[in-house]
Amino acid sequence: MVSLDENQKKVQSKRFSSEEMKNILSGYLYISPFFIIFAIIGLYPAIFSLILAFQKWNGLGEMEFVGLNNFKVILSDPLFWKSVYNTIILGLMGTAPQLVVGLVLAFLLNLTYLRFKAFFRVTIFMPYITSMVAVALVFSVFFSNNETALVNYLIGLFGFDPVNWKTSEWGAKIAISTMVFWRWLGYNTIIYLAGMQSISNELYEASKIDGASKLQQLRHITIPLLKPFILLTVFFSTVGAMQLFTEPTVFLGNTAFARDEAMTVVMYLYRDAFKLSSFGTASAAAIVLLLFIVCASAVNMMLTQGFGKNRRGR
Amino acid sequence: MSREVGAKKWGISRIGMYLFLSVISLFSLFPFYWMFVMATRPSSAYNSIPPTVIPGNQLVGNFQKVLDMIPFFQSLLNTLIVCLTVTIVVLFISSLAGFAFAKMKLPGKNMLFFIILFTIVIPPQLGLIPQYLLVAKSGLLDHLFAAMILFFLNPLGIFLMRQYVSEAVPDELIEAAKLDGCSNFRIYRSIVLPIILPAFATLGIIVFTSVWGEFLWQFTVLRDPESYTIQVALASLNNTFKVDFGMLLSGVFWATLPLLIVFLLFNKLFISSVAEGSIK
Repeated sequence: MVSLDENQKKVQSKRFSSEEMKNILSGYLYISPFFIIFAIIGLYPAIFSLILAFQKWNGLGEMEFVGLNNFKVILSDPLFWKSVYNTIILGLMGTAPQLVVGLVLAFLLNLTYLRFKAFFRVTIFMPYITSMVAVALVFSVFFSNNETALVNYLIGLFGFDPVNWKTSEWGAKIAISTMVFWRWLGYNTIIYLAGMQSISNELYEASKIDGASKLQQLRHITIPLLKPFILLTVFFSTVGAMQLFTEPTVFLGNTAFARDEAMTVVMYLYRDAFKLSSFGTASAAAIVLLLFIVCASAVNMMLTQGFGKNRRGR
Repeated sequence: MSREVGAKKWGISRIGMYLFLSVISLFSLFPFYWMFVMATRPSSAYNSIPPTVIPGNQLVGNFQKVLDMIPFFQSLLNTLIVCLTVTIVVLFISSLAGFAFAKMKLPGKNMLFFIILFTIVIPPQLGLIPQYLLVAKSGLLDHLFAAMILFFLNPLGIFLMRQYVSEAVPDELIEAAKLDGCSNFRIYRSIVLPIILPAFATLGIIVFTSVWGEFLWQFTVLRDPESYTIQVALASLNNTFKVDFGMLLSGVFWATLPLLIVFLLFNKLFISSVAEGSIK
């Protein structure tokens, strides 16, 4: 009897472990597509870029190892620094106002007594579903250099001279950051709104009993509790701003790569690679871009961490 | 909720609030309206003072010009094929992986999941050149598959699905199915899949709209107008020396309209998708 029992157990445990093995294998099989695709189109290209950054190559002939020369070339190229400057300025102008206005909008849309809530929510979110290309094309008509273009006409009503939106330093920047603002405002508002709705109503009730004003509620309850959402949008906008490409390229059309008022870092690297066939310097620019993104995100995270802290701590 | 005690119904601040919201709404809506107006006007309307704000009669004429310039319907079809394929593939890959990460015992699972999350941070431009070379070497330039391949990689999708499966699918249900001798794939297909369908809607919308609007990669690998996706085709309308604005905005209008209609029909779903996608 005993031996039979043990035997049975043995058989069972053996069967069990082989079943478990099968289980584990199928589990790995289910998660493998991501890793296979990642290896081919994520990891391999990233490593290749890293190697390419130290080579001189036009895409066709032999590669030639040049050490840090590519980095020297781009870091001493005034156009590269102009593109860095443009990217930072456009990022600040496009995203900072968007996050602030988005916060205010979400706060208003979250008020219990607001009417036409659904209407406002839909209209403010609508720009997000248009593509960046469509936005850039529509705004390229609004902000045309033409004196009769809509924006020039409107500022003319206030006594301003028409602006060459596509060929002047600040004209191009204002036009492009307006597009970014227009398209992403609703998106950020919705994220903040979702965040606000997850804040318990009791907190507001309690603070009201303590005699807190709406502004005090905003500062001491809403913003601190919204911090994870604010961090998220700051992170995504920073990364997005550093990668700005579509808006300026489409907005400027056939002059996009010929002028420097709105040349961003991604446009610079695109131009090096696909217009000038200089794959080495383009890859070096991509590596520098990666470092910028990491730094910019880190700096922004640190800045936002401090924002909305409870003042009592001081 | 009851109205706040002491809050005046129509104080200055409340009028200001509605005014502010109305201005922002107008600011959001106006480009759509303008798009439509210009699509119905001859290019000369663009030079009129004051600017035209009432629709004209060139709706068909302008669109005809767009059709002469770019293979509009072909591009739209290409976009649809790319978006649908990518969405289906991403939903399948993400849900399967999400299921494995949420409900299966796998050694090293957390590490692997962390790696997936980490890939979100890698900027897509970093690999742009090698990715292009890879596609070019495989002779896939101008093929729609080239336009799709980058987007099969969707770490956010796996993240979302893992969250959803672990919250929505009860462990007992899976245990019971296992006792009945169901294979893992059978459990995925007949238990997990039906439960996570709402998450499919969320992730599907996020993936579909993001691929629909994608430009840089398509602009890089699609050079033949027959292979253009709608965004690349639209952008090419702005490349001529003297742009016909009526034609240009007609193209934008007709390319935006389908998504706009779908959005207005299902706006709640869209908005909650974006909210959910960001929160989870």
